[in-house]
Amino acid sequence: MYEFIAFYIFAISTVILFLITVLSKNVLYAMTSLAAGMVMISGFFFLLGADFLGVVQLIVYVGAVMALYAFAMMFFDTTKDVKEKYNNPKLVFLLGGLMAVVFVIIFSAPIIGENIQVASPITDGVGNAQAVGIVLFTKYLVPFEVAAIMLLVAMVAGIILAGKKMDKSLTTTVLPLVDKESEDEILKKESR
Amino acid sequence: MDATMLPEVTAVGVIIKAILILAIISAIAGFGTYIERKVLAFMQRRLGPQHVGPYGLLQLAADGIKLFTKEDIIPQHANRLIFAVAPAITAATAFIALGAVPVFPDFTIPLVDVYVPSIASDVNVGILFVLGMMAAGLYGPLLAGMAQSNKWGLLGSARTAIQFLSYEVVTGLSLLAPIMLVGSLSFVDFNNYQSDGTWLVVYQPVAFILFLIAGYAETNRTPFDLLEHEAEIVSGYVTEYSGMRWGMFFIGEYANMITIGIIASIVFLGGYNDWWIFPGWIMILAKIAFSFFFMLWVRAAWPHVRPDQLMWLCWKVLMPLAVINVVITGIVMMAG
Repeated sequence: MYEFIAFYIFAISTVILFLITVLSKNVLYAMTSLAAGMVMISGFFFLLGADFLGVVQLIVYVGAVMALYAFAMMFFDTTKDVKEKYNNPKLVFLLGGLMAVVFVIIFSAPIIGENIQVASPITDGVGNAQAVGIVLFTKYLVPFEVAAIMLLVAMVAGIILAGKKMDKSLTTTVLPLVDKESEDEILKKESR
Repeated sequence: MDATMLPEVTAVGVIIKAILILAIISAIAGFGTYIERKVLAFMQRRLGPQHVGPYGLLQLAADGIKLFTKEDIIPQHANRLIFAVAPAITAATAFIALGAVPVFPDFTIPLVDVYVPSIASDVNVGILFVLGMMAAGLYGPLLAGMAQSNKWGLLGSARTAIQFLSYEVVTGLSLLAPIMLVGSLSFVDFNNYQSDGTWLVVYQPVAFILFLIAGYAETNRTPFDLLEHEAEIVSGYVTEYSGMRWGMFFIGEYANMITIGIIASIVFLGGYNDWWIFPGWIMILAKIAFSFFFMLWVRAAWPHVRPDQLMWLCWKVLMPLAVINVVITGIVMMAG
């Protein structure tokens, strides 16, 4: 009974929050509802008894959306609405609608077929985190390692892209109050 | 401990505990401000509050009345909704985090003979849940700074983001080593692991220090209170706040300080186990009080750091130390 009520509360609020994310013209509203929607999704994991995944969802997306906020802060005036350009609204509507229909069909197909099989049933006496660990290091070992290598590559690429002047601290470098171009020249001279 | 013992959690019990947490922690947060001012005053050879009531004790009431009755101002160009919601996020997440930490040992109410588990909600991944909730609490300062259309506020929220991205890794990695030793993410298991009297801080001194440093960054305590650094950015994310909304940020911060104190006590300092002639509930209160005092002590003793110094400290010093600590713990566990 409680689960029933809780599920509908989480489901409705998730849908509404993500609708705000898509439809709102204000960056602050969009980002906030995105973060709140992520928190609501973790509610589903708690309802299903997957505490570990729920908490991981919480921690990972809180951090990830926080980084998005930083970008929003740099690119937009967050107290004003963003003017969006719609070049071809009909095409966008068509493609978006098709995607939604395809997703609904994909996820509802096994329910209609009534042959959902549990791929990795819960082992008795094993906690949530342990169960995830066992599956991760036996059945899904290869995808796990491939993902790790991909992340490593991305990290190295990020450091190379961002690390041009990393030996200089920008806050401790004393710059005379000059215009942008000569500022760059001073930095160039110092890095030589 | 007889037949009337109810091991399962009842809905009424959870609600009672939630109300107790709200009431007690709010009161302690208020009292904490008085303690903080007095302790800082003694350390800096001042007197602190002393005019209102005996030893200035009623200063609490005076501050409370001021906070409740102050005019609540929302700036003209601010995003009103987000501006109003932000303080609630900080306060709510702080209290939700407290819902998953055990404070006292399980006990039986004497006359009615009802068995009471001490924890409001025993999530079996308690540590991760509390850390995640406290991390979500940083959305409060972030949104507050961005919604108030004030440059100091914006700087404050930019600092929130970098502070979050700095300390979060250190907190997780420093707690990972004790988690490996205990083999569980539940606070109750941590407490039971130390029931033989050996505190985990003996095995994991490095992790303890790293956790304390990261915890101070998490609660914006002074060496790392970049978010509202009065000397640099006026008041950071709370520049435009007044009255009760400001008070909610305040209560949230103090609740988080207490949470960090409880985590440190249970994970590293032996939890609520009996020690010598002292029962467990006195021990844990003493430990929490000491961690609270330690935060004030640190505040009196250390100057602020700059944001780049915080990032340097977290990413270049603390994180490698934490990783080395985890690796050594793993090697010792495999060998032993």
